[in-house]
Amino acid sequence: MSAVTELLQQVVEGVGSGAVYASLALALVLIHRFTGIVNFAQGELAMISTYVAWQLVASGMSFWLALPVTLAVSFAGGMLIERIVIRPVQNAPELTMVIVTVGLFIFVNAMAGLIWSFTVKDFPQPFPDGGIDLAGVRVDWSTFGIIAVVAVVMGLLYVLFQHTSIGLVMRAVACNPASARLSGIRVGRVLMLGWGLAATVGAVSGVLVAPVLFLEPNMMGGVLIYAFAAATLGGFDSPVGAVVGGLCVGVAETLAGAYVDVIGADLKVGVPLVIILAVLLVRPQGLFGRAAVERA
Amino acid sequence: MSTITATLDTDRARRLRLALTALLAAVVTVGAPFYFAPFQVFQLTMVLLYAVALAGLNLLVGFGGQISLGHGAFFAAGAYTAAVMLDRYDTGHLATLPVAAVGCFLLGLGFGVPALRLRGLYLALVTLSFAVFLPPLLKRLEPVTGGSMGLTVDKLQPPAWSGLAEDQWTYFVVLAVTAVALLLARNLLRSRVGRALLAVRDNESAAEVMGVRLSLHKTLAFAWSALFAGVSGCVYTWVIGFVSPDSFSFVLSITLLAGLVVGGLASLYGPLLGAAFVMYVPSVAQDISEAAPGVVFGLLIIAVMFVAPTGLAGLAGRVRGAAVSRLTRTTSAAGDRTPGSEPSAPPTPADPAPVDAEPVGAPPRTEKE
Repeated sequence: MSAVTELLQQVVEGVGSGAVYASLALALVLIHRFTGIVNFAQGELAMISTYVAWQLVASGMSFWLALPVTLAVSFAGGMLIERIVIRPVQNAPELTMVIVTVGLFIFVNAMAGLIWSFTVKDFPQPFPDGGIDLAGVRVDWSTFGIIAVVAVVMGLLYVLFQHTSIGLVMRAVACNPASARLSGIRVGRVLMLGWGLAATVGAVSGVLVAPVLFLEPNMMGGVLIYAFAAATLGGFDSPVGAVVGGLCVGVAETLAGAYVDVIGADLKVGVPLVIILAVLLVRPQGLFGRAAVERA
Repeated sequence: MSTITATLDTDRARRLRLALTALLAAVVTVGAPFYFAPFQVFQLTMVLLYAVALAGLNLLVGFGGQISLGHGAFFAAGAYTAAVMLDRYDTGHLATLPVAAVGCFLLGLGFGVPALRLRGLYLALVTLSFAVFLPPLLKRLEPVTGGSMGLTVDKLQPPAWSGLAEDQWTYFVVLAVTAVALLLARNLLRSRVGRALLAVRDNESAAEVMGVRLSLHKTLAFAWSALFAGVSGCVYTWVIGFVSPDSFSFVLSITLLAGLVVGGLASLYGPLLGAAFVMYVPSVAQDISEAAPGVVFGLLIIAVMFVAPTGLAGLAGRVRGAAVSRLTRTTSAAGDRTPGSEPSAPPTPADPAPVDAEPVGAPPRTEKE
């Protein structure tokens, strides 16, 4: 295998994992746009959604039927969490919000362990085995599948936000909650909707990554860090940025693991740290974000 | 005239009460290792050493208003400094303390520089990813750190003259370190540095206008807080005699923050209560199930943020405050009213609009005086 095809092979694998990061980053960005907070529990919510899917499949449901049910459950769960956990502290200082989501992180993680135990579970691979050979570069069907699913999710979100009236209302709330409220929009309901959407998008990432990482309560911890890096790189208020950032982070991670000897497979988790630091020091608003102008 | 004697009286009474409390506390802390079984003494020792780390975190989060989800990393740095010194150079335990302290201070200083540009959420992100990154790094540096097997080093041994058992001697050494550390934290807060820190937390722009150098004090806050975490980690090595990368996963960082929040942000006793919480809740809850500590921690953190943002330490104060204000209200209603002696009107509900200038974890104000 020539050096070029090997490089391409790594890039393809990077894009595959990057698509998963992109989808979790998308969930983070959605919540950040609506409520201005970074949800540290996003990965854990995705993890517990994945457990729901696993439970459904284990009780005999087919995967493609279990998926919509899981997404619906996640949507409802996200709305409930917004109403019960987040709404009471919505106007509280940033530190309070961070701590509440960290508390949610610990709680959800432990609940998954309590219900499903900490033993690793096999998650069914929804896509067929095998793949195709493109000029010496092997692309698995699962890689195609992951990219396709993330692309579909993106497309649906785009249509929802740009071409439906509910999307218009949601954009109004994200842009200026006070004005939105004054023009008769029920801001609270829209925020619940936003959290529900984010939980759904996050659930997609969990279901996609579970066959690779195996299902266990701490599955999403690492993915969350990559998603943070992706969202930071793309800009925390830009959905497009989250996807581009996710793909970049995925490729950078794979390449660094394969070609930089010092990093290797075990220190790959240092890559998102470096990316986050570099972006924040050089261009804090991210590639696609708008710089916040602050008036003291 | 009568008011003067009254204040004198209350002042004297307060001093007396304070002295009695201090005496009682001293008797209990010194007597504890002779009363309890070795395992319980060990637990108390762990509470004391966690309190040092939490006091450091408190400087940063409670008083500085910056969020760190990575203090376990500084704790680990201190622990490994001590372990490597003991393992390779056989320096003796006491020599490791200043090295760990200074090393972590410098590490914190280095970390504080990016922290300047990172507000709130972003600092939490960076510190969290640092905490996630550290265990694999420790495993990689195998020649020095012993890799994933970790390092086993000597624990503290009581000198012959003391006539104490190992657990008792360890307890007293850790007690001394903790006492000095907590005293240092308290005095630090009452110094120029501490006042600057509070000013920055409450309103950055106003603090800057008053001549507080933001960059200097934010970085220093990070460095000081790292120093405390490092000292705590160093003492951890003395007590446990074993370090491994898996003892310092990012769960430790999150647990530390959780303990501090539950104990009480920006309170002087908060770290002690929080440390007890970090030590005892998992050991009690673990009997129920492996996941129970997490469930309890998670629920408590959220509940504390909802109902008692000042934590356990603040809760006592608030209950007393409520009782006192109710009592004074009834007495002033019964007796003659003098203008001004009236208890302040019930607090008007806070402006529902988001308050930007509000310090993080606003309620800590009650603890500041």
